[in-house]
Amino acid sequence: MGSRWSPYDNNGGTCVAIAGANYCVVAADTRMSTGYSILTREYSKTCKLADKCVLASSGFQADVRALQKNLSAKHLFYQHQHNKQMSCPAMGQLLSNTLYYKRFFPYYAFNVLGGLDNEGKGCVFTYDAVGSYERVGYSTQGSGSSLIMPVLDNQLKSPSPLLLPAKDAITPLSESEAVDLVKDVFASATERDIYTGDKVEIVIINDVGIRREYIDLRKD
Amino acid sequence: MSTPEVGVPRKGGFNFDLCRRNEMLFSKGIKPPSFLKTGTTIVGLVFKDGVVLGADTRATEGPIVADKNCEKIHYMAPNIYCCGAGTAADTEAVTDMISSQLQMHRYATGRESRVVTSLTLLKSHLFSYQGHVSAALVLGGVDVTGPHLHTIYPHGSTDTLPYATMGSGSLAAMAVFESKYKEGLTREEGIELVAEAICSGIFNDLGSGSNVDVCVITKGKTEYLRSHQLPNPRTYVSSKGYTFSKGLTEVLSTKITPLKQKQADTVPEGGDFMEE
Amino acid sequence: MSIFEYNGSAVVAMVGKNCFAIASDRRLGVNLQTIATDFQRIHKIHPKLYIGLSGLATDVQTLSQKLAFRHKLYVLREERDMRPETFASLVSALLYEKRFGPYLCMPVIAGLGDDNVPFICTMDCLGAKELAKDFVVSGTASESLYGACESMFKADMEPDELFETISQALLASVDRDCLSGWGGHVLLVTPTEVHEKTLKGRMD
Repeated sequence: MGSRWSPYDNNGGTCVAIAGANYCVVAADTRMSTGYSILTREYSKTCKLADKCVLASSGFQADVRALQKNLSAKHLFYQHQHNKQMSCPAMGQLLSNTLYYKRFFPYYAFNVLGGLDNEGKGCVFTYDAVGSYERVGYSTQGSGSSLIMPVLDNQLKSPSPLLLPAKDAITPLSESEAVDLVKDVFASATERDIYTGDKVEIVIINDVGIRREYIDLRKD
Repeated sequence: MSTPEVGVPRKGGFNFDLCRRNEMLFSKGIKPPSFLKTGTTIVGLVFKDGVVLGADTRATEGPIVADKNCEKIHYMAPNIYCCGAGTAADTEAVTDMISSQLQMHRYATGRESRVVTSLTLLKSHLFSYQGHVSAALVLGGVDVTGPHLHTIYPHGSTDTLPYATMGSGSLAAMAVFESKYKEGLTREEGIELVAEAICSGIFNDLGSGSNVDVCVITKGKTEYLRSHQLPNPRTYVSSKGYTFSKGLTEVLSTKITPLKQKQADTVPEGGDFMEE
Repeated sequence: MSIFEYNGSAVVAMVGKNCFAIASDRRLGVNLQTIATDFQRIHKIHPKLYIGLSGLATDVQTLSQKLAFRHKLYVLREERDMRPETFASLVSALLYEKRFGPYLCMPVIAGLGDDNVPFICTMDCLGAKELAKDFVVSGTASESLYGACESMFKADMEPDELFETISQALLASVDRDCLSGWGGHVLLVTPTEVHEKTLKGRMD
């Protein structure tokens, strides 16, 4: 009897990222919870790793913080060595390596990485906890992901990654339409997922720079 | 009418036919199903002339909200209501069952039901199932002996209290009661305090949510204030919405059956109505 | 593995303006292996009342037969069809009777009541009724369905729009669930007609 102590906790939360022709939207709710309690209503799950690269992660926030600091430190070394910012695809590979490095005591973090690639196109990378990753047109991770994914599929269905020649997975929506879709899917997920709520932080990355928007969600 | 209809249970009571089969399935490593829970905040308090009961309206199944606006304040008798937390099927069934017993008792005696009667019926039922019927209840009502408030635990133990909370949000709600409850509250103060306690559960406990239901019972009068407060409207609705044009979905086959229109009730002519 | 994941299922019902639709997937599987792609989970009680049963297929069939039988007895005695509310109480009582050894399936009930007012409801496998005014879901794809319906549902849809909405919600959801899919089955009931359609979906 008696449950053994676990090094992990699940703090819930949902992340979404959508890549467009010349923008990328990365969003996450700001609730951090454990069990049936809310720890805080204003916890940013997003992290700006480079000028055109934003990471959003749900899961165990202690591991997420450690991961973010690890990546930021590595990015600092990269800047000193190469005298430039890391590109988003490079950061995607770095994140995968960082996660796989801890294959047998993983970071309990479910990540989506969004940004602009070298051509200025939107890009989204989606991960599992041990570093398996894929470049996609849109993705969602975290407690509300199973509620949001079918809606994104329905609205943004991308061509099969098996097609030859490979087709762009970029979504057809305009930036404002994508932001509107993100707001709507979060409002929907909050209705049914108890771990999603309070606020959404929407980070919009385009050629101008990075912009943040917030909207309120249900607080129950 | 003495022959029992085949397959139709004539009496109440549980049926254990599938227990062996399910036990076999679960012992092979298949997980038993999860049940609908009301991870709930339910409260009640006694005020100057009666009792106020309150409940949130969220029903959960694991981390998913199964019902956003369910009723957790159950009818027991015209002067007695009961809030339920725990497994939804149990709270519903147990209160339904006891309320019919109370109704039968009223028919037999011709008197108003007493709160202690329903308390005893509920606790003896729950005790006999040794906690397997998982219903945690807050029972409140006003009878000839005055206002009463009780809590009943799944194992059948009971408490008699001036203010009570139950469910996963009980601590959040009790925090409000402990700091603000006093004797001799007015009706309005009572409702306000109950609503505040429920809101505390709604906002601070993830198992509770949506709206506030309140029930006020005074001598000779019961008011059920369904959706007394709606503190959690949907925050964002897409400006254009999703529209699906006709013919978007690929259909393999279609069968259209016209429905017979309901005949107007005509009495057959003459006296052949009862013939055949 | 949960017992509901043994056969896999997705059932959803939605309310429109004086009409309702109930839809299910068509897969019958044993764990990850597909056994049949034309499995019936929606059962007719009478032309304006349907029950969709998700969960363990053996119990789905047992329960649907039991319910059909009980409804026939009711018709013999009362000389009328059951109202949806009455039927829901019957199902609930039948399930709760087996509180300690439950039928391993979750019903979705949809019907048109008096004056063609639509009625939908779902239950857990113990018979805890959950009445809704908009939509109800159950099965292994229930989380996806909740998300899809929550976004796509609109109040007071006309039959055509209701059909498209429920079909899109169902197909979008089962495509993200390994254990359900293989096409869909939709019943759209209006006061005058019953439309029964099979949907083309991914067969993987």
